[in-house]
Amino acid sequence: MATTTAQTVIATVPATPPAARSLKEANRRKQGRMAGWFLAPTVIGVGLFTVVPMIASIVLAFFSWDIISTPKFVGLDNFATIATSSTIRVSFLNTFGFVIVAVILQIVVALGLAVLVQTKMPGWLRGFFRSAFFFPLILSAASVSLIMSYLFNEDFGTINKILALIGLGPVKWLSTAAGAMVVTIIVYVWQNFGFTFLLFIGGLSSIPADVYEASSIDGASGWNQFSRITLPLVSPTMLVASVMAIISALQIFDQPYVLTRGGPGDSTRTAVMVIYQSAFTELHFGLAAAIGLVLMLVIMLATWAQFKLSTKFVFYM
Amino acid sequence: MMSTTDKTLPVRTHHRLSASLIGRIVVLAIALFLTLGPVMWTLIESLSPADSTGARHLSLAAYQDVFSKIDVIRLFWNSTLVTGLCAVGQMATAALAGYAFARLRFKGSNLLFGIILATMMIPMQVTIVPVFMLVRGMGLADTLWALILPALPTAFGTFLMRQYFMGIPESLAEASQVDGASPWRTFRSIYLPLATPGLAVVGVLAFNGIWNEFFRPLIMTISNDNFTLPLGLVSLQGKLGTGSMSTVLAGVVLSMIPALIVFIFGQRPLREGLTAGAVK
Repeated sequence: MATTTAQTVIATVPATPPAARSLKEANRRKQGRMAGWFLAPTVIGVGLFTVVPMIASIVLAFFSWDIISTPKFVGLDNFATIATSSTIRVSFLNTFGFVIVAVILQIVVALGLAVLVQTKMPGWLRGFFRSAFFFPLILSAASVSLIMSYLFNEDFGTINKILALIGLGPVKWLSTAAGAMVVTIIVYVWQNFGFTFLLFIGGLSSIPADVYEASSIDGASGWNQFSRITLPLVSPTMLVASVMAIISALQIFDQPYVLTRGGPGDSTRTAVMVIYQSAFTELHFGLAAAIGLVLMLVIMLATWAQFKLSTKFVFYM
Repeated sequence: MMSTTDKTLPVRTHHRLSASLIGRIVVLAIALFLTLGPVMWTLIESLSPADSTGARHLSLAAYQDVFSKIDVIRLFWNSTLVTGLCAVGQMATAALAGYAFARLRFKGSNLLFGIILATMMIPMQVTIVPVFMLVRGMGLADTLWALILPALPTAFGTFLMRQYFMGIPESLAEASQVDGASPWRTFRSIYLPLATPGLAVVGVLAFNGIWNEFFRPLIMTISNDNFTLPLGLVSLQGKLGTGSMSTVLAGVVLSMIPALIVFIFGQRPLREGLTAGAVK
């Protein structure tokens, strides 16, 4: 049997196969097999811990489940809860308000400092500023929030002590709704502006210097140069920076959790915080999954809208 | 060519420079103070706790206090173990997958890479509930494995390493294949050593992300014994109320030390990794 099989195989193979091609063919098959081994850890991991959970989240969003009893199909009830619960609505509104203010602040501060650092400065000094503004990024949001919760403490906090020196009464930073949100924004921007700053440094350094030289020969002032040259030429970076800043700001959790646990009242409760609470304190896993899906939809919509808007404002050289 | 401008420009620019220079220095100095001030303040407060009379002396009392209030050694060990295994694991999985996507030819390569890239857009909060159940089903709830296993494969690391391997000439692979080396051998002895800088980016990025992580450990761990440093510090604040600020700040400083070391040695890879794909 073996010989006949071998013979038939030989018979079916073209009489004189180009040696190079068959070698390549064998190599290709070998590469395919090897690729399987190379990819296994990542594919299994991403599949098990991202793709399957993503599908499970979509399914779970239509169920009511407390992890103990059997899941009960509830249709769109969870989404109805999202639409009607005032805590969830407020938490999304808080998140949107936070994102708008924090991202604008982050971009203005980062771009302003990047312009100041980028123009006419010795290299070592530029490197120093780059490292300094980058530094908060390496700290944990939990540590930063702990530090800031003491700095902004109403009774013994250093911020209020400094304000007292210039005759300003103690500000109720963390016990009023507005104050708590202001602190959350400050803490978040303080930690994250360095990232946006780095993006702008990269964007600014790609603008050719002779554009500025030519314009100053023509007598353009600093502000004119900034608004007519810098801003349009840095707009592609602005798009990337704002998309990334919005995506990460929409997921804020650590800072308000450590600073205020979402309070006072619901004033600093964010979307991710209600996901956490629905799932892990109220054991309403279906609702948590549904809120997660809504958040993801918001993130996708915001990103899409920005790319749409960008066709009007972004200037490519 | 520049002779005319050379004569006229220096006077004008020098004049304007000195005026605007002072303004720039002032703004940057304020920004610098606001950025590093809170960190300096933390260091000073932790090293000079106020005693019962409110007087301040340089002392390590706050640091001794941290060690007596929480199991700092345990927290450090947990954080180190989780971060170390995640960093090494991410480097390994990303290098393997990145190489396969960059240099091996196989059916469905583009589709698979597209799917993996697409998962980068799924926020962790969306999948956390099923991941928690999965980990619980595997019997790993409230263990450090619950933090390590899901963090091993990285879409971003795969993307980064693919880009890196694509920058290494393909002729090297062809040459080694002609010499009869297997794809594994080509990867292991030729491409991997050349990709060390890319691996450093993945490793440092993993360190920064996992060492500072708060949300996942908060969900995945329940007992103090399995807490990582950020959780331990927040629990320390809870235990002390607002009384012993210096103690909490001492803990914060301790947790910063490894991050500081990585900042000093890994700043460049970290910067490159964070901004990779963002700046064209």
